[in-house]
Amino acid sequence: MTQLIWLTIALPILGLLINGLFGRRFLGNRVVSIIAPLMVLLAFLVGVGAFFETMGRDGEAVTVHLWNWTTIGDFSVPINLLVDPLSLTMVLVVTGVGFLIHVYATDYMVHRDDHGHAHDDRDFPRFFTFLNLFIASMLVLVLGDNYLMMYVGWELVGVSSYLLIGYWFDRPSEEQTPIDLGPDTEPVQLQPLLSPAASGMKAFIVNRIGDVGFALGVFLIWSTFGTLQFDEVFAEAVHVSETMPTVIPWITALLFVGAIGKSAQLPLYVWLPDAMAGPTPVSALIHAATMVTAGVYMIVRSNILYSLAPNVSLWIAIIGMATAFFAATIALVQVDLKRVLAYSTVSQLGYMFAAVGVGAYTAGMFHLVTHAFFKALLFLGAGSVMHALHDVIDIRRMGGLKDKMKITWITFWIGGLALAGFPLMSGFFSKDEILAHVFEASPILWFFGILTAGMTAFYTFRAIFIAFHGKPRDHHLYEHAHENRAPITFALSVLAVLAIFGGLLGLPAFMGFTHYLDGWLEHVLYELPHGAEEHHMSVTMEYILMGTSAVIAVGGIALAYFFYMVQPSIPQNIARSLRSLFALLAHKYWIDELYDTLFVQPGLKLSNAFANGLDKLIIDETFIDGSAKLVGRFGKLLSKLENGYTSNYALATFIGVLIMISYFFLR
Amino acid sequence: MIGQVPLSYYLLLSAILFAIGAGGVLIRRNVIIVLMCVEMMMNAVNLTFIAFSRYLDSTTGQIFVFMIMAVAAVEVAIGLALLVELNRHKDTVDINEFNSLQG
Amino acid sequence: MILSLLILIPITGAILIAFVPREQENVVKWLALGTTAVALVVSLPLYFGFVDNASGYQFEEFRPWIPPLNIAYHVGIDGLSLFLILLTTFLTLISVLSSWTAITDGLKGYMALMLLLEAAVIGVFVSLDLFLFYLFWEASLIPMALLIGKWGGSRRVYAAVKFIIYTMAGSTLMLVGALVLYVNGGTSDLPTLVNNLELSQNLQIILFFAFALAFSVKVPLFPLHTWLPTAHVEAPTAGSIMLAGVLLKMGTYSYLRFAIPLFPDALAYWSPLLVTLAIVGILYGALVALVQDDVKKLVAYSSVAHMGFIVLGTFSGGQQGMSGAVLQMINHGLSTGMLFFLIGVLYEQRHTRLFSEYGGLWVKVPVFGTYFLLAVFSSVGLPGLNGFVGEFVILLGTFKVNPIAAALGTFGIVLAAWYLLTATRKMMMGPFNEANKNLKDMNLRESGIAFALIALCFVIGFFPNLLFDKINPATVELAEIIKATALLAGQ
Repeated sequence: MTQLIWLTIALPILGLLINGLFGRRFLGNRVVSIIAPLMVLLAFLVGVGAFFETMGRDGEAVTVHLWNWTTIGDFSVPINLLVDPLSLTMVLVVTGVGFLIHVYATDYMVHRDDHGHAHDDRDFPRFFTFLNLFIASMLVLVLGDNYLMMYVGWELVGVSSYLLIGYWFDRPSEEQTPIDLGPDTEPVQLQPLLSPAASGMKAFIVNRIGDVGFALGVFLIWSTFGTLQFDEVFAEAVHVSETMPTVIPWITALLFVGAIGKSAQLPLYVWLPDAMAGPTPVSALIHAATMVTAGVYMIVRSNILYSLAPNVSLWIAIIGMATAFFAATIALVQVDLKRVLAYSTVSQLGYMFAAVGVGAYTAGMFHLVTHAFFKALLFLGAGSVMHALHDVIDIRRMGGLKDKMKITWITFWIGGLALAGFPLMSGFFSKDEILAHVFEASPILWFFGILTAGMTAFYTFRAIFIAFHGKPRDHHLYEHAHENRAPITFALSVLAVLAIFGGLLGLPAFMGFTHYLDGWLEHVLYELPHGAEEHHMSVTMEYILMGTSAVIAVGGIALAYFFYMVQPSIPQNIARSLRSLFALLAHKYWIDELYDTLFVQPGLKLSNAFANGLDKLIIDETFIDGSAKLVGRFGKLLSKLENGYTSNYALATFIGVLIMISYFFLR
Repeated sequence: MIGQVPLSYYLLLSAILFAIGAGGVLIRRNVIIVLMCVEMMMNAVNLTFIAFSRYLDSTTGQIFVFMIMAVAAVEVAIGLALLVELNRHKDTVDINEFNSLQG
Repeated sequence: MILSLLILIPITGAILIAFVPREQENVVKWLALGTTAVALVVSLPLYFGFVDNASGYQFEEFRPWIPPLNIAYHVGIDGLSLFLILLTTFLTLISVLSSWTAITDGLKGYMALMLLLEAAVIGVFVSLDLFLFYLFWEASLIPMALLIGKWGGSRRVYAAVKFIIYTMAGSTLMLVGALVLYVNGGTSDLPTLVNNLELSQNLQIILFFAFALAFSVKVPLFPLHTWLPTAHVEAPTAGSIMLAGVLLKMGTYSYLRFAIPLFPDALAYWSPLLVTLAIVGILYGALVALVQDDVKKLVAYSSVAHMGFIVLGTFSGGQQGMSGAVLQMINHGLSTGMLFFLIGVLYEQRHTRLFSEYGGLWVKVPVFGTYFLLAVFSSVGLPGLNGFVGEFVILLGTFKVNPIAAALGTFGIVLAAWYLLTATRKMMMGPFNEANKNLKDMNLRESGIAFALIALCFVIGFFPNLLFDKINPATVELAEIIKATALLAGQ
């Protein structure tokens, strides 16, 4: 199976070709919705096979050579696939979660009327074509054995994301209902939501800004190491860092710029919340579980480079934690269920970067995996609600849904508990491991981390209590709400199991358990030869930190319960008394508007000035046409001499001859 | 006989003929006369060629003259044809009337 | 023989067309199609018979032309020109097909001119003699100008005159430069001149300017680019395909073929300026493209930006940059050719190219929309498609020599995404514009053309080594020339 790992990429490509070329005209939606998930399932099975073989090899890496891509002089890049514990972890997450989401989407993307009859949706094959394209691209990203293939995958997932966010490209932008703060207070107006087409474009362009950094990082790697192959670069890294100490910090910083874009960190996170304009399975797969974690994967893959650049790593931790905190504050007041989850994703990605920034690569990967489970679950749960409520996503119109949608309600609770870090859920172990490592590196960062954890628990359960509990706010919607069909509940249930037990991958070692992930990733993580002796904190300290996390999580949930179930007037009162702060959060700190005035509008103004001023008036009309006109005018002037009297011409000739002759004589 | 007439006489005659022709081209307005004056200038040149040919005892000059006469014949033919066309067009032979090419 | 045949076949076709009665439009069409198809088939052995990893010219032909003056009919190809010839024969076929129903008036002259254009352009790419080259260079102007001037839009005469005068003015100095070379070297044979001629550095600097001016107008390099948008907007669809696809490449190709090997010592003096102008062109072209309201003008300005990448790779990319530049010439020909073709498909039905007239088309014409999106992706430089390989390799090579230029160039691809996706959004996405309710999706001929173009884009994107194996030997030599002069300058 290891040698056949290329099938994991080829199968989704086969699926997208079949569905893309024939789905609309010949196959019909039913066949399409079998082929697309089947291909991903087969890819998953290939991945599982490779996983067991790699286990048997004790985690040793195998490279599968496919063909030589580009060779020019001393630049040579093959298309190789690298099968090692790290890439297999990602392959299993991508294809596993991807398969569940494909299954989910086969029902979610079908629009039904009130009697349950499916509409004949001609765009249905297009969705699965793009979704398969994403799976293939993501696998290129994680399986490539060199930075160029990583960059290729990096760009391709960006384009799949663009296509999928803009899937409903003909929908317009939407106004949002203002937030009512009770009588005799002016409601807080909200910005309109971008249209899907605009959101997709925004995502692509913001990502490309990050990609500039990534590309430059790749160029710098090549001009320093003369190769882009992972193994060759990593083998030389220590040597290079001794001979050229500034290069590796530059490389890591530039690559991290790419990660900032792709993984939605400060200051390039702005595209992710708008990406929620896409269909919910897309949000679950791309914008929660897989694509956005590519930055974390990249850093873990290049762990030796980052270990050699401690200053850059520190900044990564700081940026990560700042993002985690910042996004969590915004999530506190969002009224759109998917956007709460989107900001929570940004925030959780911040945790992962904080982890890899302080050198806890395994912890980062651990959280990546558990987050993929519970965040996919939460998004799919939100999608299930949307599907039942005919695309209503505003939590202010929900309420009491737990009686109507039992499975969605229970699984959403499980996902919420895991996200909040409730003890013994998967998110608890991975988040705790990160926080412990962060505490070791810097207690201040840890403080922000634990604060964020509290906010996470609060905003997650705020959404849950408003949406699923209490009394229905919109009776018409409530009446029509219903539990969804098998594909949706199946995906939710499987993910719920994973969200509960995902923590078993990395039970804390200090409690005497085996940390499977640690052993599994051992071969991928490089030890610095002269690295400082790892100093472990005491077991007591670990217990104290873990206890704090647990208390904070439970506290956050309890606070949400008190605010939204016991005393629903409190949050409104707080919002009223802190109106400007509330408005600031509700408007997402006006960051979008800031970027618009700082970059987009000046860019457009410059464009206009260039197009209509410099290009049209100055270069073209003044210089080019101007010089043509100048020649024309000079010609007009000369043509005055041509007065049409032959004798004048003859006279001129004679005078000319005379001058020439006299020149010869007088010389 | 020609041996007695010095070369300078021929040259002088040719110069006078040329000057008359040139003057005619510059002053006269009748196209036919202008054309004749041009021919006259050409013949002045021919005369010079012949005189030098004799003086230098070489036939090169005479060959040139034959060339020029042939060209002149062609020229007259075309010139007169053009003139007839012009006359049909404008009903005059006044050279100053043909000025529509002025700038 | 093949190369001469490639020049003669289109000329023969044009002559045959001239004898067909005007009313027999179908005969004219099929004759033109047949001629271009034969030319394409005849050009294929160039690829399959080309010896990989061999230096020097292949398929060479040498016949004395004006023996007393040492001017000869000398043609031959190497990795620089091989793919440009294939591109020319391919795109001419596409152009003839794309004019199948679009041209209703004066079809005979149109097709004949198209074939003459093909012959002239192939002549430019195969000439190894300065005078032969100059002859074809100027000859290629005439059919193009006539195509624009007779079958173009409302300001066609202005555009055609601007095109012809601008490019001719640019190349006058080149003629003088060629004469100076001829006087100094006693021959106009390019390989002989490259090997034997020793010119002083100052003379090289002057001559380089004379040649580079002609080439830069053709590319077009900022700020000599303003003829291009005008010409594109007015040109008929096939004219735009040929103009962007092939004619612009004459400029960048000639840098590599003539300017660099003939005047290596002038490079140190001129390349900083050329690199700067290329960078300015990349950013400026992109910014100007962003606010155009005519989609063809947008693509025209995107050409300014894309050709900037090619110049950048040529003058600052080392071997990687030059190989990338050659590849990118092909890529730009395919992707921009495809964009112009697709715009032509819309124009034929709606007779407008303004963004405001379109919107939400993907719903109505899904096949067209998919091809359009793929063409945009190819142009934006997305991996898997051709544009990515070229741009990546150019920037990679440039980075090693000049990191700042590479950084600015890389930023150019962000802007490329911005304007091309904006165009896509305005035309293909958003609410459906009811003015297009009678729009028909592509027919078999049109989707066949688009498929052929995009299939090539994918092949290059996946297997660029199919091309690089043949391009590299030529660029190795150029890179060595540059390296050698850089060493001399350093001493």
